[in-house]
Amino acid sequence: MTTSSATTHSTITQSHSVSSGQAFMTLLRRDMLLAIRNKGDWVNPLFFYLLIVMLFPLAITPQKDSLIEMAGGAIWIAALLSVLLSMDSLFRSDFEDGSLEQLLLAPHPLSLMVISKLLAHWLLTGLLLTLFSPLLALLLHLPFEAGKALFAGLLVGTPILSILGAIGVALTVGLRRGGVLLSLLVMPLYIPILIFGSGAVLAALDGLSWAGHIYWLGSLLMLALTLGPFAIAGALRISLE
Amino acid sequence: MNWTFFHKLGSPKWFYEISGRWLPWLVISSAILMTVGLVWGLLFAPPDYLQGNSYRIIFIHVPSAFLAQATYVMMAVAGAVALIWRMKLADWALKCGAPIGASFTVMALVTGAVWGKPTWGTWWVWDARLTAMLILLFLYIGIIALRDAFPSQQTASKACAILALVGVVNIPIIKFSVEWWNTLHQPATLKLTEKPAMAPEMLIPLLICMAGFYLFFLTVFFLRLRNEILHREQRTRWVRALFS
Repeated sequence: MTTSSATTHSTITQSHSVSSGQAFMTLLRRDMLLAIRNKGDWVNPLFFYLLIVMLFPLAITPQKDSLIEMAGGAIWIAALLSVLLSMDSLFRSDFEDGSLEQLLLAPHPLSLMVISKLLAHWLLTGLLLTLFSPLLALLLHLPFEAGKALFAGLLVGTPILSILGAIGVALTVGLRRGGVLLSLLVMPLYIPILIFGSGAVLAALDGLSWAGHIYWLGSLLMLALTLGPFAIAGALRISLE
Repeated sequence: MNWTFFHKLGSPKWFYEISGRWLPWLVISSAILMTVGLVWGLLFAPPDYLQGNSYRIIFIHVPSAFLAQATYVMMAVAGAVALIWRMKLADWALKCGAPIGASFTVMALVTGAVWGKPTWGTWWVWDARLTAMLILLFLYIGIIALRDAFPSQQTASKACAILALVGVVNIPIIKFSVEWWNTLHQPATLKLTEKPAMAPEMLIPLLICMAGFYLFFLTVFFLRLRNEILHREQRTRWVRALFS
């Protein structure tokens, strides 16, 4: 009697259990859907990005030669700032409506769930910024080869920006005014990515091989992808305690 | 291996008693070493054949720069210990280390600028080491700001521990990236693997200064940590007994 009820119980739980892979996809789909419906989340950082790049020629000089020289750095700074600006929405609404707590209680590894959220976030910010970079490169008269270096750098570099930013967001999500604090925490960590990313563009402008910089960014991405989710998960647990 | 000392470290009371016994010795030895090292270095060491007397600032600059970095590593280790073994003393060590490390970083930056003006002809250059030091200062400020932002001390210390660990992974990356980006600063003055390039008349006072600075750090650190212990443990019986 007892054994049979135990078996029925276990079959019930089994039929209701979801594999971590399914949970990953479900969360990804949910986050994408929410973000697409809530246009401000991904359209505003994009406009912010275009606007900052527009400020550089206005503030410094519209001359073609100087524009070419600073184009890589300007676009990278704009991308960095708009990723930072968009980071706030990563956990904020989930924190406020309590779904972040449910995610913590779910029987799936939190670091995997974090990767799913980061992927959804990156697809709508980092990837979009990367896709728009050729347009900005054109506006700043960047030659084709340097534009390629910029595109490749952003493609590999923006996910690192998202991961590092997410560590800062996870630490500050419980605080009422986390905005300025977040940039203070995260900006120093962004410096290597900025250096390698804009370094690739400068190398391409000098006619040198820029692959080395991209490889560096790739190795940093691997490092961030392997260690970052654990730090983010740990920080979330602390923030929600 | 005998781990009892490690478990004892978890007890603030034990640390308070031990550090109280060490403190007079630390004060005396750091005062003696710093006086000897600084007087020797600033007054009696021979002038440099190229830089004249301006090089003498290294007797302050190099020990400060060493401690600025060593303190950060100490804080990261304390953060790891606090997160893994939940040792509250490590939490407090992380908290007390941050302002001291930040002060040493500022000291290294300021003395470097003062030296740079006559030698390089400018207060500041965007050189790799200078930039890396500046970033280190921002990492310290980030940790201090993060702690201030939390209303609860317990959450604050855990968050700071994570941030310190993330920062320490990043420090070598930042250091190498800025070094490849731009470099003017001379290579490290002291290396463990090579015979020092400095004349012994300058090297010996420098080493004395460094030992003095390290002991000075320990003195200030212990004072802060003891203060923190008293503050946090003010409701416990042993602290009340101490002041009754």
